[in-house]
Amino acid sequence: MTYVASRVLSSLGVLLGAFTLAFVLLQALPGDAVMIRFENPELGLTAEQIAAIRESYGADSGLLAEYWHALSGALGGDLGYSVASGAPVRVLVGEALGSTLLLAGLGFVAAVLLAGLLAFAASLSPFSWLATLLRSLPSLFISVPVFWLGIVLIQLFSFRLGWISVIRPGPVEALILPVLTLAVPISAPLAQVLLRAIDDVRAQPFVAVVRAKGASEPWLLVRNVLRNAALPAMTIAGVLLGELIGGAVVTETVFARFGIGRLTADALNAQDTPVLQAIVIIAAAVFVVVNLAVDLLAPVLDPRLRRRVQA
Amino acid sequence: MTLELERNVPDPADETPDGLRSPIDVDPEGRTSLAATAERAPAPWRRVLPWLSVGLAFAVVALVVAWALAPGLFTAQDPYTGVPADKLAPPSAAHWFGTDPTGRDLFTRVVYGARYSLLGGTVAVGVGLVAGTALGVIAGSIGGFLDELLMRVVDVLLSIPGLLLSLSVIILLGFGTTNAAIAVGVTSVAAFARLSRSEVVRVRRTEYVEAAFGSGGRWWSVLLRHVLPNSLTAVLALAALQFGTAVLAISTLGFLGYGAPPPTPEWGLLISEGRSHLATSWWLTTLPGLVVVVVVLSANRISGWISERREGAR
Repeated sequence: MTYVASRVLSSLGVLLGAFTLAFVLLQALPGDAVMIRFENPELGLTAEQIAAIRESYGADSGLLAEYWHALSGALGGDLGYSVASGAPVRVLVGEALGSTLLLAGLGFVAAVLLAGLLAFAASLSPFSWLATLLRSLPSLFISVPVFWLGIVLIQLFSFRLGWISVIRPGPVEALILPVLTLAVPISAPLAQVLLRAIDDVRAQPFVAVVRAKGASEPWLLVRNVLRNAALPAMTIAGVLLGELIGGAVVTETVFARFGIGRLTADALNAQDTPVLQAIVIIAAAVFVVVNLAVDLLAPVLDPRLRRRVQA
Repeated sequence: MTLELERNVPDPADETPDGLRSPIDVDPEGRTSLAATAERAPAPWRRVLPWLSVGLAFAVVALVVAWALAPGLFTAQDPYTGVPADKLAPPSAAHWFGTDPTGRDLFTRVVYGARYSLLGGTVAVGVGLVAGTALGVIAGSIGGFLDELLMRVVDVLLSIPGLLLSLSVIILLGFGTTNAAIAVGVTSVAAFARLSRSEVVRVRRTEYVEAAFGSGGRWWSVLLRHVLPNSLTAVLALAALQFGTAVLAISTLGFLGYGAPPPTPEWGLLISEGRSHLATSWWLTTLPGLVVVVVVLSANRISGWISERREGAR
């Protein structure tokens, strides 16, 4: 119980820290978005009007009051208002979230499948040259720019082969290439961790015992090794999540999809700091929750850790 | 992070030493660990392959550095003015990478663009190295409350996805090559801080450092003479890895339009500009992207080689 409480507390601390950092970076430093947007002489606003606008955005109060206002607002689900469009950030994010969740979710599933396939094929390959080749694929995947991969896939499958239409593709058709683009870089670290874990587990004595009893390699891999290798793979979930979010921003730009990534890019182009701040905080919150879940789940899945946690 | 998983499970947050090895860690002996393959003697090409790949990686980096320093030696053409009659020509002997819509030679533009990627990567690694190592060394050597506080700050930095952190810095600093490089550097501060802290803590516990203290060495002199030099290899390996990552991230920011403005031949921007001719001119996007891939692969391979040597030396 103490363990759970301390993990939850430290997660909340990190989250508060992320909120504060985003606030300091995007609001507290000079040159706020309201000024940039409304002090434009072309708008012809008088000084009083600007002051009134600043007041309505809460940009006139003291820094601490502003921080408190933003924090209490965020806790209540109020993420402020977009400077560019005036719409509540919560509504903007809510509209974009569904599309990005679909893309990221499918991308993650595809990445897990790809990584599993790669690790399996490399571990079971009857030829050592093939195993070496498969083992070097993740380092190649990591070195490929996501945006370039998307473009090359469009070029290959849409323009060369004509398999996937670029003009008015169906909802499923439109998802294939973005999901693939997102899956490749995410699968690389996962495959590496899986491969290393499989190697580690295979070196343990119990595997030799199972093998001596006559288990075949695939059976051994699925029944004995994979269960033990899944846990290390779970622990990099947080890292993968960061890549997933970054990848979604880029993928949505390349494939002109609507979603959080587009919202981010638009926010940046319009100097719309409240929107960017909200996205940063949401991403950090998801990261913290995922890491917390992994830390709390690990002892449940692995009894060896449970003893250590209680001790 | 607080859970002790060290033997079976790599710590999720402590991905620095892991990440350090992971992207390149294709075991040089191709450790398949299948009983059948392990017993066979490794084929001769197996022994040569790792050395060959390291040599190639160094050659690639040397070539790109030369491109950045003296682009005129590698191409006689102008990266900014084109010959309109030659527009959108496919790759040929005269134009290795083909030409763009205004007839500029793409290979020339890639060669001239090397300096933006290399400079950007260097600035980014410099920012991460200086700020991160300073944080880590302070945390590791002073310890106590300050250590705890600084490492929580590092946790916070790690909780924000790299690209979003970069974008937050860019919205603050504005667009441009240097700003993009700084923004990318900020994302590597956490990794450098973690690594240097753990290295300082490790070296501090060694006997010769104890002896240096015992024989009356003062803290700063021991730090400078013993602790820092012995942490250097690990930091260097991370720097090489971060350099590749930074080149990748800078090209991404360039592609999104937050880096150098056109007509700068920055690699990400070149790929972005080539998108409008995707259907007809494949070379405009494919070839600059391949150059990025090869450079990043090389940086990762060098980083892997440094950490392999370090582990071999221990």
